[in-house]
Amino acid sequence: MATEHGTETGFETEQEYVETEDGTRRRLAFVDRFPEAARTARICLWIAFAAFGVGALFGLIQALHRTNTLRIIPSSDYYTILTGHGVLLALVFTTFGIAGLFHWANTRSLGVSPTSRRLTQGWLWTMSIGTLLAAGTIVGGLFDWIPASADVLYTFYAPLEAHPLFYIGAALLIVGSWGAGLDWFLQYREWRSHNPDARIPLQSFMVMTTMLMWYLSSAGVAIEVVFFLIPWSLGLISQVDPLLTRTLFWYFGHPVVYFWLLPAYVVWYTVLPKLAGGRLFSDPLARVTFVLFLLLSTPVGFHHQYTDPGIASGYKLVAMTNTFFLLLPSLLTLFTVVASMEHGARQQGAKGYLAWLKDLPWERPEFSGVALAGIMFAAGGFSGMINAGMNINYLIHNTIWVPGHFHLTVGTAYALTLMAIAYWLVPQLTGKRLQFRGMAAIQPFVWFVGMVLMSNAMHRGGLAGIPRRTAEPQYDQVTFDAVVGTVGEMRIQIAIGGTLLFVGAMMFLAVMAGTWALGKPNSQLRVNGSIPEPLSGAEESPRVLDNLKLWTAIAIALVLLAYGIPLYDMVADGILWPGSVPFPE
Amino acid sequence: MHVHRFERLWFGVSLVLIVAFIGTIIYGAVGPGIAMVDDSGGTVEPSVIADGNYEQTNNFREPGVYDTEDGVEVYVIARQYFFQPGTTEPIRVPAGEPISFHVTSPDVTHGFNLAGTNVNTMVIPGQVAEFSVTFEETGEHGIVCHEYCGSGHHTMEGQVVVVEQSEFEGGEN
Repeated sequence: MATEHGTETGFETEQEYVETEDGTRRRLAFVDRFPEAARTARICLWIAFAAFGVGALFGLIQALHRTNTLRIIPSSDYYTILTGHGVLLALVFTTFGIAGLFHWANTRSLGVSPTSRRLTQGWLWTMSIGTLLAAGTIVGGLFDWIPASADVLYTFYAPLEAHPLFYIGAALLIVGSWGAGLDWFLQYREWRSHNPDARIPLQSFMVMTTMLMWYLSSAGVAIEVVFFLIPWSLGLISQVDPLLTRTLFWYFGHPVVYFWLLPAYVVWYTVLPKLAGGRLFSDPLARVTFVLFLLLSTPVGFHHQYTDPGIASGYKLVAMTNTFFLLLPSLLTLFTVVASMEHGARQQGAKGYLAWLKDLPWERPEFSGVALAGIMFAAGGFSGMINAGMNINYLIHNTIWVPGHFHLTVGTAYALTLMAIAYWLVPQLTGKRLQFRGMAAIQPFVWFVGMVLMSNAMHRGGLAGIPRRTAEPQYDQVTFDAVVGTVGEMRIQIAIGGTLLFVGAMMFLAVMAGTWALGKPNSQLRVNGSIPEPLSGAEESPRVLDNLKLWTAIAIALVLLAYGIPLYDMVADGILWPGSVPFPE
Repeated sequence: MHVHRFERLWFGVSLVLIVAFIGTIIYGAVGPGIAMVDDSGGTVEPSVIADGNYEQTNNFREPGVYDTEDGVEVYVIARQYFFQPGTTEPIRVPAGEPISFHVTSPDVTHGFNLAGTNVNTMVIPGQVAEFSVTFEETGEHGIVCHEYCGSGHHTMEGQVVVVEQSEFEGGEN
């Protein structure tokens, strides 16, 4: 497809308009072509952004409390706030943001509307009610007159017990996401009936492989919650095995990380090259990457349990090997992202080995945000390699290094990518021009600087042994010796960084609220949704890549290999044994 | 399928990197002998620990430091919100010889980390975490509970004091 690269990042093009029969021009932005799907995507994104706002406020409270900068809550309530921060950001902001993005991506790339309005409404309501139940019980922990609480953090390790409504809400959120996946697969089936021989469009391929991975992995937490924690919290069974339930959690707990990241990858592969002024380097390798994630994301969960007793070393070694091979698709992505950006810059006339970097459109927040998210993810990848090493993990396990790491991954690679792409996508979903563009242009940099300050200090704090998940990391009998810098200086960086991140979050929400409230519908947009063809297209890749049944079967086989015997070991001595009664009793 | 020359090169280098990483870990295990916390500590009913009926188990003794024929054995209970021993009285162990730790919990999941070192384990009800540590130097190490265990979690701490072998007085064996 030959297009002028210069116009691809600019205002909507002539392709976005058609002549109608009465001779007027009609626009064909996403909201015009698929009004119903655009509405669904908008609802998902608004709920995601609302959760993001509250979660960000909780994050600010924690950053200031932990560093002893400003304390507005007692330390015992810190954990309620922390639970809310984790659940709202890592489960609600992500799941709804992903649903909105995927609903757009699948519909756009297939060119087919979702097939069942009732199904769409069903999963939206299920996810929303689940969110309200879970968030309501968490907030209940702050008020004595509310009889429910869920001070269990977002990992909810038994035997710490939450109110049953918390578990029911979490289960509904996940079941709702399964319904969303069904919606997208039915859309694909509809498209396939009209296109029997065509290759699966790239974005739809990515959506479906991600969801297959999600079905396979979220089954673990669904079993944990539905068969163990809900009956246990209702008093129907008296005890659960803490090791078994946390193993089921981590069976899900690592792939969920890729459930957060793969939507960012969808953007990096399919939209970022265009925003940089070029096109995707290679469609086949994008498919290979997503297939590798489907295969390897799940049989790795034991790497979160390297320091757990009750699990033989061999199982941990298998998980570690898989984990390191999981680096491969991310390293391939790094290549593609950088190569696509460089190609885009050179198409615009940039020269030099590194000088092309400065010719990229850094003034456009949809580009700068996505690119900065990619850079931060590279840093997060390196600290993740430390986490993945069985023996060096001993030094940093459950220290503040770990949240330092995942604020680079889910907290930036996912979060900043979603914010940045919202600057580009929300106009197409609403038909309104983005408002407060000046604020939007600096917002990604505010987030980036805030995260550099906070995350580097958290990593270094972890090396000194400062624990995560604690309201007051100052003890009488423990001293923390910083390897680089001082503990006091780290505190200052965390406080300033956390504050900047909160400011960045509020700037983003102001732009979104402004666009929603002040933008005029049916405006001529400054963006267009056309995505140029890759340099190397799907027709060059083997058709077996599109055989989703084959890849799913292999993924299941790998999971059985990695988890079959260890899970059997845990249940062989009794499914509920050795068991624990709920705490607080 | 056409793959760009640079991309093939990158693919190869990535694979080498991955294999090298795994190699260093394997070396750590078989060379310096860094062992993982595993299932060697066995299981124990949490209510037995909560009630102090240690005689009903064969893999956990009354909390304390024991100087046995097989070396120094330390039995620790991590509970809301203290280590026993560790919090009210430090765990005193000798330098220069392997110390076997056995840690379990009668209530919720805790952590046991000597801050800034690689002595680090989860403490899970029903499981006994067993690991061996050799302290080369005398001195004090702070114990931190690094897993959220309830509203008083941030108060849960303790201490290990490493003394010269001549100053070490183990409990009865």
